[in-house]
Amino acid sequence: MDYDCDILIAGGGLNGPALALGLAQAGFRVTMVDNRSERARADSNFDGRGYALALASKRLLNAIGVWADVAKDSQPMLDIKVTDGRAGEGPSPFFLHFDHTELEEGPMGFMVEDRFLYRAFLKAVQSEPNITQINEDSVVDQEITPAGVIATLASGRTITAKLLVGCDGRKTGVGKRAGIRRTGWEYGQTALVCAIEHALPHNGIAHQFFMPPGPLAILPLPGNRSSIVWTETDDNAKAIHALSDKDYLAVLRPRFGDFLGEISLAGARFTYPLGLTVADRFVSERVALVGDAAHGLHPIAGQGLNAGLRDVGALVQVLTEAKQRGEDIASILVLERYEQWRRFDTQSLVATTDLTNKLFSNDNPLLRIGRDLGLGLVNQVPGLRRRFMREAAGLTGDLPNLMR
Amino acid sequence: MQPTLNTVDPAEVAKFQAMAAEWWDPNGKFKPLHMLNPCRLDYITRQIAAEYDRDLSADLPFKGLTILDIGCGGGLLSEPMARLGASVVGADAAAGNIPVAQVHAEQSGLTIDYRHTTAEAIAEAGEQFDVVINMEVVEHVADPQEFLTVCQRLVKPGGLMLCSTLNRTVKSFGAAIIGAEWIMRWLPKGTHEWHKFITPDELFDMLTKGGLNPVDRKGFVFNPLGWSWSISDRDLSVNYVTASTKPA
Repeated sequence: MDYDCDILIAGGGLNGPALALGLAQAGFRVTMVDNRSERARADSNFDGRGYALALASKRLLNAIGVWADVAKDSQPMLDIKVTDGRAGEGPSPFFLHFDHTELEEGPMGFMVEDRFLYRAFLKAVQSEPNITQINEDSVVDQEITPAGVIATLASGRTITAKLLVGCDGRKTGVGKRAGIRRTGWEYGQTALVCAIEHALPHNGIAHQFFMPPGPLAILPLPGNRSSIVWTETDDNAKAIHALSDKDYLAVLRPRFGDFLGEISLAGARFTYPLGLTVADRFVSERVALVGDAAHGLHPIAGQGLNAGLRDVGALVQVLTEAKQRGEDIASILVLERYEQWRRFDTQSLVATTDLTNKLFSNDNPLLRIGRDLGLGLVNQVPGLRRRFMREAAGLTGDLPNLMR
Repeated sequence: MQPTLNTVDPAEVAKFQAMAAEWWDPNGKFKPLHMLNPCRLDYITRQIAAEYDRDLSADLPFKGLTILDIGCGGGLLSEPMARLGASVVGADAAAGNIPVAQVHAEQSGLTIDYRHTTAEAIAEAGEQFDVVINMEVVEHVADPQEFLTVCQRLVKPGGLMLCSTLNRTVKSFGAAIIGAEWIMRWLPKGTHEWHKFITPDELFDMLTKGGLNPVDRKGFVFNPLGWSWSISDRDLSVNYVTASTKPA
């Protein structure tokens, strides 16, 4: 069988190019298919969306040659303050405080706006000779043979590869056609996302307030700007999203008080319904799933992209090791190593995220006292606090080489 | 051609013939071998790369090397070597393994010279290779010393032989016979005879007597917690592997 490439990647969002770059540097020939045009992907208008990249993710971006390009537009998160709050009241006296000076590795994470990430990825992909991009097209069919996979694109073109990787999101067509089923549940919550401009500096501090309808995160962007991820019940969110900018701000303001001074909207407003969906398998014969295609997470701790980049690091390492041993990189024997590695991490992340959300999105007074005592306790014990910080920085568990 | 089977125990050959069709099923009877394979390949590829100064991250790093895989079975080691660019001869005394290996190599788009023959027959023909891979064979032959001496003749002067087997310890009796054959049923009962197992010192002696310079020994250790194998510098108590060079 003649191959057009070693690995075909369906989906050119963020995990797709990250994987393409990691694999290309390891000597694989990669083709990446995305249904948008290059221009649409690298649209550089400020829209207020950002990612809280854990330190481990930053290291991966550095290893694949993307970080240098986004570093100047990133905001290090120097402190993270976690508070149990209630609308209209001041924060409860019990809170968690993670100061980066306690962690030898430096800041736990970095805020990067997605426009900078997309642009840096596109530039890196364009200058990598081992990557072929196919734009404004998508994989619509896949045939698995003993030696490879033959993918048919919407345009009618066919591409042969040794391995097909689905970086095509939680509605993954690659996974569906491989017969991989998913389990998932809805939370009845919607995330409201926007960016604000504020009068006072944020000093690189990220805040997470746990409110009864759901958490509110204030994540520092460069300058006097912050990204807000604000979770409400579906009905509340719908009503709030329908408000004018002025009324929207009037609802938001009392949620976190006046410590940033006068605030105004910067950029567009977005809503994302929250749900958790996990694929029953992350691999099948000659197919692997990465990122949301494998596990769509509740974005409560900004772990979606971080988990996806961990998939990328693990898959690059498993495939590189297999290639250097002379193994068939797409045999189920090899792919199951990736699945085994990532399933364990994902299950604990899913469980923790789900539990955190159930525990904190609640106004039960007993639960509230309990979690306040818990937060206070974690805060008082430096060893425990550092463990949480390392967890937030993505430094725990079995780290892929690209993240070390 | 009727191969000469002088050092091969006919009962052993028949046993493996019965198992041949299962070679490439990752969850079939050869599951333990598939699990061990990454570890074996790590050792083999690194030894060859070091001996012949090859860069494993390059494309086709073993291009130009000739490799003989003795007891190739279904091709679990022959295929990776061919994929890395080597010209591979896979030899097996069990005729049933050859078509299985051939069919699979063809499916994988690899060219491998599989032969139903023995080490003795190839040595008689005067063929020599840069690398001879001799994994988990020596504990199944009737006369290990004679077998290893024959294998030495197959290595080009200055070439490399990689040889693995099972140590004869209380632990290996527990792991390979009781564990793998009786309890886990990973291998059919009677696959191994413990008294035929060889200690690393005995193997080094036999390799030296056979005309080779043994230069390295490592253990393959099973970790039940991670359910995987790893290479160990110290623990050679069950499975182990050696590297020997032939004087130029």
